[in-house]
Amino acid sequence: MFRAALQLSVSGARSLTRSRPQYTASVAARSYSHGKQETDEEFDARWVTYFSKPDIDAWELRKGMNTLIGYDLVPEPKILDAALRACRRLNDLASAIRILEAVKDKSGPHKEIYPYVLQELQPTLNELGIPTPEELGIDKA
Amino acid sequence: YTVSQSTAVSKRQTEARGVAKVEEYTLPAYFDRRESPLPDIKFVQQLSPEQKSLKEKEKGSWAALSKEEKIALYRISFKESFAEMDKGTGEWKSVVAGIFFFIGFTGLVVLWQRKYVYGDVPHTFDPEYKQKEVQRMLDMRINPVDFFFPLLLLNDFGSLLPLKVMYHK
Repeated sequence: MFRAALQLSVSGARSLTRSRPQYTASVAARSYSHGKQETDEEFDARWVTYFSKPDIDAWELRKGMNTLIGYDLVPEPKILDAALRACRRLNDLASAIRILEAVKDKSGPHKEIYPYVLQELQPTLNELGIPTPEELGIDKA
Repeated sequence: YTVSQSTAVSKRQTEARGVAKVEEYTLPAYFDRRESPLPDIKFVQQLSPEQKSLKEKEKGSWAALSKEEKIALYRISFKESFAEMDKGTGEWKSVVAGIFFFIGFTGLVVLWQRKYVYGDVPHTFDPEYKQKEVQRMLDMRINPVDFFFPLLLLNDFGSLLPLKVMYHK
């Protein structure tokens, strides 16, 4: 419990002190007192590999997404890119839009994260023809 | 003493006994949650023919879909968007209104009680009696206060008085 609180405060302090957007995935969900800690890059690479599986099935996409959103971080654009491409392989446009909504919701009070993520994903969104929730007007209740 | 090799029920036995009805609560459920963006099942389970053809079109290029079609696809899979599921219900207004209503009702009950239930207060509460009571207490020197006089005193209004204005002792 305290680990989680420390993580939250660390990530909160991090976002306050950094002036430029630094939205890399925070350190791994588990903090061991011994053993190797997973770096941010390893974390990202692991998740990109997960979503890049060519024959990923719908359950794995859902499981991966729900797990990823459960972490105390906003996923890197490259992870989301892999997830969106997995949606394309599964012919699931609705999930792709839902993922974008979830990213915006996950950033919470940090309003600058979502536009940054969209900006990074714009080539993919254009290539796959994925609309943003704002374009569809479902971002308003 | 025989040991059975397998505890699995044979197919013949299953067909003879029948299979239990699948209860609805045992199946995966749909729910909109912030922390779980992709639910286990789609929201709309039985697709109409238009929806089925739309699903077929989804297999092609998504850029070819119109905005309405994209929204329709979203609504097949999901009931409420994040914005819709997060918005407040305004239930607090009903709660506050209910609180005020019942406080008011209680006030009416209390007023009715005062009039119809309680008798008169004792005569010892009359203003004249109270005045005589206080005078008697003063005459008897009830609870004399002996203390070292501070340089400044507080009078009844809570403001400071200089020493020369003292209470009658």
